[in-house]
Amino acid sequence: MSWLKNWTWPTRLRDKGIIGMNRRNIRYIGRYNSRRLYPLVDDKLKTKLLAQRYGITTPELIGTVTTQFGVKHIDDMLAGHNGFVIKPAKGSGGKGILVIEKVQDGAFIKPSGAQQSISDIERHVSNILSGLYSLGGSPDVAVIETLINFDESLMAYTYEGVPDIRVIVFKGYPVMAMMRLSTAASDGKANLHQGAVGVGLNIATGEALRGVQFDRPCYSHPDTGHDLASLVVPQWNTLLHLAAGCYEMTGLGYLGTDMVLDRQHGPMLLELNARPGLAIQMTNGEGLRRRLDLIEQQPDGVPVAERVAFAQHHFARQSELVETPDTSLTTA
Amino acid sequence: MSRLPFYFIVGLLLIVGIAASVQRHIQFEIPWIPGEQRQVWEIEAVISFNAQNGPVQVDLALPSHQAGYRVLTENTASSGYGLAYQADEWGRQAQWTIRNAAGSQQLYYSVQMLVSPDARSPVQTPPDLNSVTPWESPYDTAANQLIERAWSRSANNATFARELIVDINGERQGENARLLLTQAQPSALIVRLLNQAGVHAREVSGLLLEDGRRRQTLSSWIQVFDESAETWTLFNPATGEQGKPDNLLLWETGGRAVLEVQGGTNSRVTFSMLTHYQPASAAVRNHYSDDTLLNFSIHSLPLEEQALFQTILLIPIGALVVVFLRVLVGIKTSGTFMPVLIALAFIQTTLLTGLIGFLLIVAMGLIIRNYLSYLNLLLVARVSAVIITVIAIISIFTVLAYRMGLSAGLTVTFFPMIILAWTIERMSILWEEEGPKEVLIQGGGSLLTAVLAFLAMNNPWVRHITFNFLGVQFILMALILLLGNYTGYRLLELRRFKPITDDETPS
Repeated sequence: MSWLKNWTWPTRLRDKGIIGMNRRNIRYIGRYNSRRLYPLVDDKLKTKLLAQRYGITTPELIGTVTTQFGVKHIDDMLAGHNGFVIKPAKGSGGKGILVIEKVQDGAFIKPSGAQQSISDIERHVSNILSGLYSLGGSPDVAVIETLINFDESLMAYTYEGVPDIRVIVFKGYPVMAMMRLSTAASDGKANLHQGAVGVGLNIATGEALRGVQFDRPCYSHPDTGHDLASLVVPQWNTLLHLAAGCYEMTGLGYLGTDMVLDRQHGPMLLELNARPGLAIQMTNGEGLRRRLDLIEQQPDGVPVAERVAFAQHHFARQSELVETPDTSLTTA
Repeated sequence: MSRLPFYFIVGLLLIVGIAASVQRHIQFEIPWIPGEQRQVWEIEAVISFNAQNGPVQVDLALPSHQAGYRVLTENTASSGYGLAYQADEWGRQAQWTIRNAAGSQQLYYSVQMLVSPDARSPVQTPPDLNSVTPWESPYDTAANQLIERAWSRSANNATFARELIVDINGERQGENARLLLTQAQPSALIVRLLNQAGVHAREVSGLLLEDGRRRQTLSSWIQVFDESAETWTLFNPATGEQGKPDNLLLWETGGRAVLEVQGGTNSRVTFSMLTHYQPASAAVRNHYSDDTLLNFSIHSLPLEEQALFQTILLIPIGALVVVFLRVLVGIKTSGTFMPVLIALAFIQTTLLTGLIGFLLIVAMGLIIRNYLSYLNLLLVARVSAVIITVIAIISIFTVLAYRMGLSAGLTVTFFPMIILAWTIERMSILWEEEGPKEVLIQGGGSLLTAVLAFLAMNNPWVRHITFNFLGVQFILMALILLLGNYTGYRLLELRRFKPITDDETPS
């Protein structure tokens, strides 16, 4: 009966409060996310403009290119910017994102050190417009925004890629959070199923709860060797307020917010997801069910600050990464 | 947001479905399981021709009682035509007549044949020998040599006929045979030579019965009279094989033309057939009780459409399998209902050939699609290119299979090409974005779903139930609605989330 070792009983999952795909689709996405609101989050440009209107920090927009004619004028747009990111508005899975770290003597330098000429950039933008990277190949818009200067304190926990923070926001309450650290195995991408390390975060403090790679517990970053127990997300309260504010902004009840930390501007909203995955339960070692049930009992119309405080009070946890109980109590 | 209306609808569908099925079971005595009753073949002949603005007379030979089959009922549909049935010692005929007709005409004749293994053909006397038209030189020598050769190697009429067929059509085909074949069709030639040697023989037309076939034509067979046993023996003119295949229905045995049209051009007759199981007693009754306005049933449709529906009614079964596997098990497939269409193709190709064909086509397609991705084409153009590639691959495989004598390989043409092209496109994108592992997972999931859907749809009991009880469709609908409301865990999630439940144990 060795093959049974990898399986568990539905009752044990229910006891843990784990939410399955079917329940997520019917009970949460189907009930709280109105279909007509999807375009707000599927189009990154719309999300960004909306966020600006609601005072939610996002990477600064340099400009957009909407026509092939506009491609010719891209160098005027880029003049004076030392680092920038070009991405398709409707891209998925990080496709078509071009990062330029700095500009030297008219050459554009990628983080890997590879040089790009202005005609390379123009070709890339032209490809975006023709729909090469968008879902279903439909024509798209290229969005150009300033480069994010990642917070130094987190760089030690990641290999090549960008660490981002996913917060699940339910009816405006931040219910669960995790940080995704890219690894050599994940090829610099922050996708958990490709081998990135997921670190569950304590909603109360932003401290690491536990680390998971390939669904198995892990205690240090496999490439940098850095201990995950010491990981604390700075400016955690600002980040939670920002994430919680996305509820008013979009109207979507069950929302995945992807945040990054900028050196100067602090937490920023990178993108939103109307169908956030369930892997966050694995990284937190806890099901979403109890938290979502509790939120469902709360009245509507509570201001952001109260919602964040409610979540921080009710969803506080102790880290599993720290061995001795007395050290786990010392929080920054 | 009350769920009450939902459960009301599901309950209503279930009640309607069960009631309709039970009613059909009781009223028409259709049993729940196939096999315990008699097999009935419904055969429909469609005569089509272009009338030439004048009087038209159409004669169609009709099948009679014969070994293995019994005529139950027959019907015709032909608006404006006069109709008469005629029977003589050569067989039965239907004659349609009209004073004036123009344009494309269609006449229908349908017959129900009961399969009864103990049915015997009526006692038959040998016909007079046709007056043999003498061969011209040099054909006469060739004919005589052929007859002598076969005669010397045979013991009676039957073996003589077999030897003659093998000499003319088989691997022993010699120069004499080839010379004579320039003068006549093989089966006509064989009959003529048999008659020349004083053996009673005739050319007959038969229909090979296969369930759900449409637009079939008659095939030619040879009957030889055995003097001692006083019976006709059937020979396959292509192989010389003796005896009647079980699924062969003799349509015309008088040696006459099957269809004669006066006053029309481009005349042809095609056959559709369908088998279903009925108690023999109900078979006759069923036919007459069907003709009410209230009988809103696909069983009142023409046979050709019914044969189509037999397949269509299986699709909900395939859909149920897909919903079950995705919602309850959590198998990933490439394209939601692609596996159902592949399973439908499997029904035509048989499972093993289908699987091999599918894998070959998709593998070849992926290789070629891989090259196409270097060309940086727009999506629609790329998929169109893949469609053409798929058609090319299928053509090549078909020709190769035919050359190598694998007749099973010819059935790959049943695969839905557009769907295959999209499958290749999706898998190729998946390969680029997620790597070959994900392609294997989704491709394997799709194939597994297709195979399970095929097994469900090809099950004789399922086919019997879906085709004979339309109420089952309501029950399927109710089940699918219920599954769409399921919020529990998927089977594979029990494995995915297993590590979480482990935590409590280590400390």
